[in-house]
Amino acid sequence: MSDPAVEDWPGDPWDKRVASALSFMRRRLSGQYEVDEFGFDPELTDHVFYPVLRRLYRDWFRTEVFGLEHLPDDGAGLVVGNHSGTVAMDALMLSVAVHDEHPKSRHLRLLGADLVFRVPVLSELTRKSGGTVACNPDAERLLRTGELVGVFPEGFKGVGKHYRDRYKLQRFGRGGFVSAALRTGTPIVPVAIVGAEEIYPILGDLKPLARLLKLPYFPVTPTFPWLGPLGLVPLPSKWLIEFCPPIPTTDLVEHADDPMVIFNLADQVRETIQQTLYRLLEKRPDPFGR
Amino acid sequence: MTAALGVVVVTGISRHLGAHVAARLAADERVGRVVGLDPNEPAAELREMLSGVEHVRADAGSASTVVAELDAEVVVHLSLVTSSEPGGRAAMKEQNVIGTLQLLAACQQAPHLRKLVMRSSTAAYGASFRDPAVFTEDTEPRQVPRGGFARDILDVEGYLRGFRRRRADVSATVLRFAPFIGSTADTSLTRYFAQPLVPTVFGRDPRLQFVHVDDALEVLRRSVVEDHPGTFNVAGAGVLALSQAIRRAGRLAVPVFEPGLSAAATLAGGLRVGRYGLDQLDLFVHGRVVDTTRLIEEYGFEPRTTAAAFDDFIRGHTDRAVVTADQLAAAERAILDGIRRVRASAAKVSS
Repeated sequence: MSDPAVEDWPGDPWDKRVASALSFMRRRLSGQYEVDEFGFDPELTDHVFYPVLRRLYRDWFRTEVFGLEHLPDDGAGLVVGNHSGTVAMDALMLSVAVHDEHPKSRHLRLLGADLVFRVPVLSELTRKSGGTVACNPDAERLLRTGELVGVFPEGFKGVGKHYRDRYKLQRFGRGGFVSAALRTGTPIVPVAIVGAEEIYPILGDLKPLARLLKLPYFPVTPTFPWLGPLGLVPLPSKWLIEFCPPIPTTDLVEHADDPMVIFNLADQVRETIQQTLYRLLEKRPDPFGR
Repeated sequence: MTAALGVVVVTGISRHLGAHVAARLAADERVGRVVGLDPNEPAAELREMLSGVEHVRADAGSASTVVAELDAEVVVHLSLVTSSEPGGRAAMKEQNVIGTLQLLAACQQAPHLRKLVMRSSTAAYGASFRDPAVFTEDTEPRQVPRGGFARDILDVEGYLRGFRRRRADVSATVLRFAPFIGSTADTSLTRYFAQPLVPTVFGRDPRLQFVHVDDALEVLRRSVVEDHPGTFNVAGAGVLALSQAIRRAGRLAVPVFEPGLSAAATLAGGLRVGRYGLDQLDLFVHGRVVDTTRLIEEYGFEPRTTAAAFDDFIRGHTDRAVVTADQLAAAERAILDGIRRVRASAAKVSS
């Protein structure tokens, strides 16, 4: 019943694009895709989330990445970064950096605080893009299956710090990430992210409002909450991301429960990131420059 | 490893799971007598398969006399009620908690008892926002669950731990089943997916795992005939997101806002109206995925995957689907043809 003028157009690029877009829609609408046990949907992440984030990554933040050779090509790795910027924008940009710039296009599995998983739509977006709760069982399960896991030990202390404390690393908590890496013998790759401190500079914190909304802080920035929804647009700072040489842990597996070993390793990672941050800041005299 | 067994007592034979297990055991030559213990009459369609099973019409209160008189070697406890209809929450708790207590007391006194197989549920892990993504058998629930069935399961497993300590000679198997699915299963979850418009919680897309009813029956049968003491998660490999499951079934999801739902569920439970309680709500907000390596290693049996089990269910319920996969494929072809036709005529016009 098909019209002879309507056969396949093998060489035509538009035809290919239309056909693949329709096929994608059909697969999504009929549920014919795979979701892993954490809820990660690689097809949705690659085709819907990353294109949106890439606009921010390339055009808005003009991100430059160094040290990609320190990321493992395959197998597990624990990426530890500094955290800043009021919201987890640095985590998202780090995922895009790992996926786009690394030759193997690896997916970074982010570990998030359980506050993220309490919020309705945000919890599902996080799960579908590969994130999960920051707890030891999940971290170890991911590392044992050879995934690249991204963790930000400063937590809310890092994202919620005042603008005057920018690029000063906060304490690293109890070092849970270190014990997860030690137990699985995974190399730790420290990463320094410059640029996230300036996207929503925190000039104040409305504590009563934060308590009312059950948030860790209620930020006051130059644009929020005065400009309302416009205050959600991040300032276009210049971002630099540098991966440091990995710290191997295969010799320390027996010491996974030794608090001194954990503390020393966490301290070593923190020092490495702090020094790398200072070096990167020198490369970028103007935070909003080219 | 598979010595001949004497008397096997199965509770809950008036319902689907108990009836099928009793029938399979009766058909196995290695098993001697199969005696069903249930105060209710089995449904009409189950009566025929229970021809080889003796039925003792008594409740768990008289279990001690029954178990002692029969000198049971194996007790299979399947009379757990998963939803509070009919009779309400009080009757459900009575049957689940008190019933299990009385049965375990009877088993404790039974001198020749060798095995106890108990049906439990993955609801034992509770549901909270701080849960790990995948539960292993050692995971403890992080907060007391809100739903009645989940609390019953925690009580029942607590009693079983006490039983294990007092009768260490009895091989006790606890099977934590994921929700049952299949073309023949009839549970609140299968009825949920059978509707054309399916209510979901707005902003939540839980990960679901199912076990096919036939695989569950096989695991139960092997627990009786072989020797596998311990606690095991029983579920199909793989995960289906709720939105994915609804789409595969060809239904339409209708999101409902969460804050109203908990109140509505509690109210409905109190008024004995509606089918969804806090147990189902917790499942649809948090999802539940369990690790099954212990089951696969111990039993050497791998249940079919969640996706395969759900496909079997879909095949049996295509009549009320809103939009099927075939319709979508036909629509895709039609749209593609339409676009090509438009472009072909545009090219002809311009040339």
